[in-house]
Amino acid sequence: MTDIDKFLKRDSFIERNARSRARALLDPGTMREVAGPFERLYSPWLAMQHLVTQADDGVVVAKGRLDGAPTVVLAIEGGFQGGSMGEIGAAKIAGSLELAARDNRHGIPTQAVILFETGGVRLQEANLGLAGIAEIQAAIVDLRRYRPVIGVSAGTVGCYGGMSIAAGLCSYLVLTREARLGLNGPQVIEQEAGVAEFDARNRALIWGLTGGEQRAATGLADACVDDDSAAIRAEVARLFARGVPERHRSERAAEYLAALAQADTAVQPAAADVRAVYTKGEA
Amino acid sequence: MEQLQTTRGAMWLRLLTGGAPTLHDWPSVQVCDAPLAGQPARWIAVVPDPGNRFPRARNGEVGLVEGWQLAQAVQETIEQDRDAAVKRPIVAVIDVPSQAYGRREEAYGIHQALAGAAGAYAQARLAGHPVIGLIVGLAMSGAFLAHGYQANRLIALDDPGVMVHAMGKASAARVTLRTVEALEKLAEKVPPMAYDIKNYASLGLLWKVLQLTNPALPDEQDLALLHGTLEAALADILDDFERGLAKRLEAPHRSASRRVRALLETQWEAAD
Repeated sequence: MTDIDKFLKRDSFIERNARSRARALLDPGTMREVAGPFERLYSPWLAMQHLVTQADDGVVVAKGRLDGAPTVVLAIEGGFQGGSMGEIGAAKIAGSLELAARDNRHGIPTQAVILFETGGVRLQEANLGLAGIAEIQAAIVDLRRYRPVIGVSAGTVGCYGGMSIAAGLCSYLVLTREARLGLNGPQVIEQEAGVAEFDARNRALIWGLTGGEQRAATGLADACVDDDSAAIRAEVARLFARGVPERHRSERAAEYLAALAQADTAVQPAAADVRAVYTKGEA
Repeated sequence: MEQLQTTRGAMWLRLLTGGAPTLHDWPSVQVCDAPLAGQPARWIAVVPDPGNRFPRARNGEVGLVEGWQLAQAVQETIEQDRDAAVKRPIVAVIDVPSQAYGRREEAYGIHQALAGAAGAYAQARLAGHPVIGLIVGLAMSGAFLAHGYQANRLIALDDPGVMVHAMGKASAARVTLRTVEALEKLAEKVPPMAYDIKNYASLGLLWKVLQLTNPALPDEQDLALLHGTLEAALADILDDFERGLAKRLEAPHRSASRRVRALLETQWEAAD
């Protein structure tokens, strides 16, 4: 098959919506949605502000099997309110991770995949979004003691804000070239620190520093794969098979501090500078 | 104003620990040992460092180095008590204006540094360390997630200088395509959008809100009230079998969170 044939036959993960992405990861015929749209879980806070609501609040909880193993996929719908985390969406993710951890304590080795497509806190629900994200983080740290929690961010929304911290707590992280991973979105940095610090319109800068390729090359993600459903599924399955890492990325404070001590902070780093700092040492 | 607020964390750390020496020579993350309820406890605060190598983290923001140092301080505590029957309490004295907003921060992965800190606090809580978050100033966004939000109990001072929020007003307005005035008007009606501590308290996330005579310049009585409340929080945690954050879901404004969890619970096994 030529490259162009491969490209044309490829089953894009990015073009799928959240529900369809979850289905693509689970074994055929095993997906069951929990707390789905027929429960009419509309955000009370968006309604109060006369903003558009959605019956699943932009989060799909899909239980099923992955290579036969009990798995829950928590898929964020980037197309609804920028994938932002409100009270309900965050409760769906945190509550599911809490039940997965309880399963493990009862001898059922449920594992979790989180599909990050999110700008972070939904600012219309501000403090409840932030609280919900803290609860998601608590639940990831609990569950990852038993089974890996795998984060995937395919694009095109990216993974930002408090949810980027949640991604940093995952056992493994899978990105595509189209994904971006960072704490503060370019617009917010430009607003807080000025256009000289960060030009939110400079897409090459944004992807160069925070895109999937760079994150994988600097060890801040475990893999950068093609936007292909089968490739993403295979990578997720491969990482689950590795089991719980001996030490999670978030536990490597000493290595990261040692690496950062080498960074020249007098200048703004280029992508190559970051790669040099993070591949020299152990971080 | 800003300078006054960002030093509140340093002031309270000094007052509550009796000026105990810091365990590390880190300028912006101060860690010290001082008793709580007569037992050893570890106290941690983030303070401004005007000479910070990272220029966007000079006003008490939680940046790359601060995030990883918080992580290291908490991990060390867990490590030291690994075989101890009694895990020492950790008190996070919270006065953090924000995470550091900068290009260097994103380039080197500040999200991962903050994950280091949040993860360490969560691990300490799960390992049985009583973790108390004491909000004495600003508790903003990612900085709060990294420093304090994983605590078993959260306590805040009732004062206009005490604020919790997900994003500063100007940025929140830009991202939601509103004016700052429109945002403030909405915040009056929508409790989770408000910036003040009274509205925040209505969300059920705080264990106690404390009224002091003078939060900016506390007297003996204020200090005694704070010590007493921290001791009560410690006793409350030790009485509690639960090591998770379920206590935060009890307020009327968390009814949606409770409904979602109840639905998940009833449908969870049926979905197998």
